[in-house]
This record gives sequence, C-alpha cells and structure tokens, in this order.
Amino acid sequence: MSLPQIEIQLVATVVAVACALPGTFLVLRRMGMMSDAISHAILLGIVVGVFIVGTLHSPLLIVAAALTGLLTAALVETINSTGQVKEDAAIGLVFPVLFSIGVILIAKFAGDMHLDTDAVLLGELAFAPFNRLTAFGLDFGPRALWTMGGVLVLNALFLALFYKELKLATFDPGLAASLGFRPRVLHYALMGLVSLTAVSAFDAVGSILVVALMVGPPMTAYLLSDRLEWMISLSAAFGVLNAIAGYWGAHLLDVSIAGTMATTTGLVFGLVLLGAPERGLIAQWRRTRRQKWQFAVKMLAIHLRQHENTPEAARECQVDHLQEHLNWDGPFAERVVERAVSRGSVRRENGHLRLTDEGREVAQEAATQT
Amino acid sequence: MPDADPALTVRDLTVAYNEEPVLWDIDWTVPAGTLTGIVGPNGAGKTTLLQAILGIETPAAGQVRIFGQSYEAARDRVGYVPQRGSVDWDFPTDALDVVLMGLYGRLGWIRRPGAEEKEEAHAALEQVGMADYADRQISQLSGGQQQRVFLARALVQEADLYFMDEPLQGVDATTERALFDLLRTLQQRDCTVVAVHHDLQTVPEYFDRVLLLNVRRIASGPVEEVFTEENLRRTYGGRVGFLRKNESPISDSASAPNRKEESRA
Repeated sequence: MSLPQIEIQLVATVVAVACALPGTFLVLRRMGMMSDAISHAILLGIVVGVFIVGTLHSPLLIVAAALTGLLTAALVETINSTGQVKEDAAIGLVFPVLFSIGVILIAKFAGDMHLDTDAVLLGELAFAPFNRLTAFGLDFGPRALWTMGGVLVLNALFLALFYKELKLATFDPGLAASLGFRPRVLHYALMGLVSLTAVSAFDAVGSILVVALMVGPPMTAYLLSDRLEWMISLSAAFGVLNAIAGYWGAHLLDVSIAGTMATTTGLVFGLVLLGAPERGLIAQWRRTRRQKWQFAVKMLAIHLRQHENTPEAARECQVDHLQEHLNWDGPFAERVVERAVSRGSVRRENGHLRLTDEGREVAQEAATQT
Repeated sequence: MPDADPALTVRDLTVAYNEEPVLWDIDWTVPAGTLTGIVGPNGAGKTTLLQAILGIETPAAGQVRIFGQSYEAARDRVGYVPQRGSVDWDFPTDALDVVLMGLYGRLGWIRRPGAEEKEEAHAALEQVGMADYADRQISQLSGGQQQRVFLARALVQEADLYFMDEPLQGVDATTERALFDLLRTLQQRDCTVVAVHHDLQTVPEYFDRVLLLNVRRIASGPVEEVFTEENLRRTYGGRVGFLRKNESPISDSASAPNRKEESRA
C-alpha cells in the first residue's frame, strides 16, 4: 500500500467513526432523516460564510454551517409543532429549500467558486491526501485527518460525558424533563454535533456519504444489539468496515470511493437484515415456520387425546382422517405426523396413531394454556 | 413524615395547545398520605395535567405547589411513572438499566450509576417481583412486566409524592392486584400517590380520593363524597352506561369516545 492509500483509508475510518457516534442517537430517536436534512442544508451556511469571510478555508465556515444545521433542526421542530405536518414531512419541506437557496446563491454570485454540485454530493476522498496540513515547514499529513480527528474526539467526549443523559432523554424524554435533565437542550446539542460532523466530513466525503455513515452503521448495529454500549461500539465497527471495504471495492472497480462506501453500507445492512440471529428476516421466517409446525403438532396431540379410549378412536386416529377433521391436506398431515413421531409424541401402530406419554403431556399443556 | 402542607396544590392551572385550552382553570388539592385517582374521558387532559405539574408541559397560566414549594425545589421528592406506551420498548437496554434511570435525578449531571445504585435497582425489581428479569432486553417483557419495571423505576426514586399515568393499564388481573398492593404499601410508608385510572369500576376499591376531570375540574374529594352518578355524568357527558351494583356506586369500563385523542401527534 502506498502512503496516499493508507491516508485515504485513515481519513475514511475517522469520518466513519465520527459519524457513527451521533448517528446512533439519531437512529434511536427515529430521526435518521435529520442527518440528510442537516448535511444538505449546511451548504447554505457554507455559501453565506464564504460571502462573509471571502475564503473557502476559514474555521468560521464551520461555525456558519453548524448554525445552519441548528436552524434546520429548529425550523423542522417549529413546523412540526404546528400539528399540521408530521416530522418526516417537515424535514422534507425544510432542507430542500435551504439547500436550494445555497445552490442559487452559488450559481448567481459565485460561479467561480470551487464548489461544484458533484463535490457537494459525493465529495472526493481521493483528493484528501493532496490537501495537507503543513506548519513550520513540516508536513503533518492530510488536513481532513486532523479536522475529522478533532470532530471525532469532540463527539466521543460529548458521548462519554453525557452518555447517561442522552440515553434517558432518548428513551424517555418525559422522565428526563421531570428529573430536570433538559431534553431540549440535549436535543440541540446533539443536532449541533451532527451539523459540525456533517460540515467537517462534507469536504472530504460529500453529503450523501455523511448520511450513509450516520444512518447505515447504527441501523445495522441496532439489529444486532440488546444494549446501547454494544450498539455504539458495533456502529463504529461497521463504519470502519464499510469505509475500508468500500475503499478496496472502489480500488478494484476503479470507481468513486465515496460511492462505493455508500453502496457497501447498504449491502452490509442488507446482509445483516437478512442474517441477524434474533431480528433478522431469516431468523423471523424460521421462527414463524417453527411455530407453525409446533402448533400443528399440538393440534394433532389434542385431537388424538380427545378421542383416546373412545369407541370411534380407531376411525379418528388415522392419518387419512386428519384431512377431514383438522382441515389438513394429505401431504401436510403426513408431514405433521412425521414431525410428531420424530419428536416422540406420537407412535404409529399399523395405520393408527397413538399418543405417547410425552404426547399426552403436550396435549395437556396446550389445553391448560387456553 | 406527615407534612403540614398538602402534597400538591394546583391553582388556576390552564394549559393550551395553539390557543385551544386542554386544561381550563384547574384548582385542586391533594392531601399528603392519600391515594388519589384521576378519571375522565379521552382528551380530558389527564396526562397533560400530570405533565404540567411536572414541568414537562408549560402551562399558560396558574401555579403548582408541591409540599408548599415550587416543582423545581421539590423535584427530589417527586416520582413519575409515564404511560407505558410513551416510550420505545425496542430501545437497546435491559430491565435493570431502566430501573437505574430512576436514580439519575439523584446522581445529577455526568455522574454514572455505580455498584450501590445497581444494588438499589435490584432491590426495587425484587419488590415488584421482577428480580429474575433484571438483564432481560425490555422488548422481551410482557406488558405487565414492563409496567412493573416502570413501577420499580419509580420506587428507587424514594419519592414522597408519586404521579402515575395509567399504571394499571393493559395488565392482567393478577398483575393489577399486585401493583395495586404496591401502591397501598407506598401509602403506608406515608407516600402520596396520584394515578390516572381508566377503570371506573375499581375506583372506590383502589382510591381514597378522586379527581373527575374533563378539561375542567368537575369534582374532587373523598371517593364516597364526589364519585357519584351525577358527577360522572357531568364528566363523561351523559355517555356512561350506569349499572348499579350493591354498594359500589358506578360501573363502567369503556370511557366515552370523546373529542380528540390525548396525544397531540
């Protein structure tokens, strides 16, 4: 690996983890779309910032952009609180307007500015190693690594300090408020961090990847976690995985790095959604299927039990007869019987079915449950 | 510790959403050491009343005093059990952790719960019969078990005054009995309990006092005095099916379909 390659992966990794931390709380608050809104709306902040300070390279731009992020959050809340518009629709109303004002301002007054729409949407990670931080004649590596490293430290610090408060305000804002923890202040602090992260990452990876990295890894981790600490760690891990795998995917296919990372994020989520042990679709499907068979075996046991030691037992307890009595078609009845036999709740005796002691227990249990 | 001041005094409390009053000029006193039920139809403002008292909603007008103090000053003496449905039970956490949240107020900002707090939370889970479920993911608990966890969370707060929003909602008869016994135990420890209740039939059995609410205060006081057919008719707008049954004055299970839902979503 060459140095630029390592540097690109480092930047991507740091961006991914920095996004996963606030992203976890966005996802838990069901506000994932907020990352979309903020990462687009900050364009307006950047443009207005450039008009004020006259350069693209000033820390003031980050402040201006972060303020636009907060403005977005406030506007969404204001529209939402009128009670006329749901939150997702409010988000959809606010950010295209702010983003478009930014685009119009660029087109009208800053045609020569280095801010083209491609870079806004997808960024260009490949260029990250070219923009270097130098001081005292020394090369300190890519500038993005330092900016994003700073953001990562800030996010981690905020989470470490206010972990308990964020958890409570996310899970139960009512209790948080009644205990004096000011969930609204926490909400805006979180939105401020999301804005800061988005605007800092924007330059390196573009807004689409910011959204992908804030929502994708936490959502993936959510499917695998029973504990919040675990979900945060897993989010960060998935973020790193997506970043590195995305980089090498792009390398192999010779395509956009940010694009491949976003695609990888989607693919990894899809795989986990299918295969997660508890909440995955396959696990759910198997659970439903197992329940279906268990239920069928129970029905069979109850049916046999009901006719046990009765004169009509000989007739009722035949496989062919189940069709009529339990509304099962022939092949299905045969398979249920097979399962019941293999579980040891039913025995076959020359074409007749008999309950074993175990089967009687199954029937008994099912009967007392209802 | 019996207080000279009432546990709760509400004066001229008005709460409005978009200039439409949801609570109108409420005057209400809850003496210390009592068990008070709040009843009223959907949209009567029961939840809003609790939230306004607890500073979650900002009232348009009026005053709330808790043991003679403002809510902010008396916060440590107040425990709150929100409606079970008001939180997301798919949140990645376990029962013990939810109970620990009751101690966050005492811990204040930044400080995390330690071994001592965990022990307290365990003890509270034991009190509600949920000790075996401490590390169970909360979505895997039944409705009744979730309600017990919420009560345990209130218990660790060791408050003097508890507000509970439908603590007996959606639980089976056994759990309802157990939870109600717990409320009585709290009362015997000189705690004051105010609970929103949905089942008119059990009001005389469960509560000493009752507040009949429908945007305005219809009546409040000892159950035997104010829980009358006349007052209930005024509260529910005559839509209550009355069924006299021995001594228990009133029977009704369904609250009248009324106005808008309690939520503002």
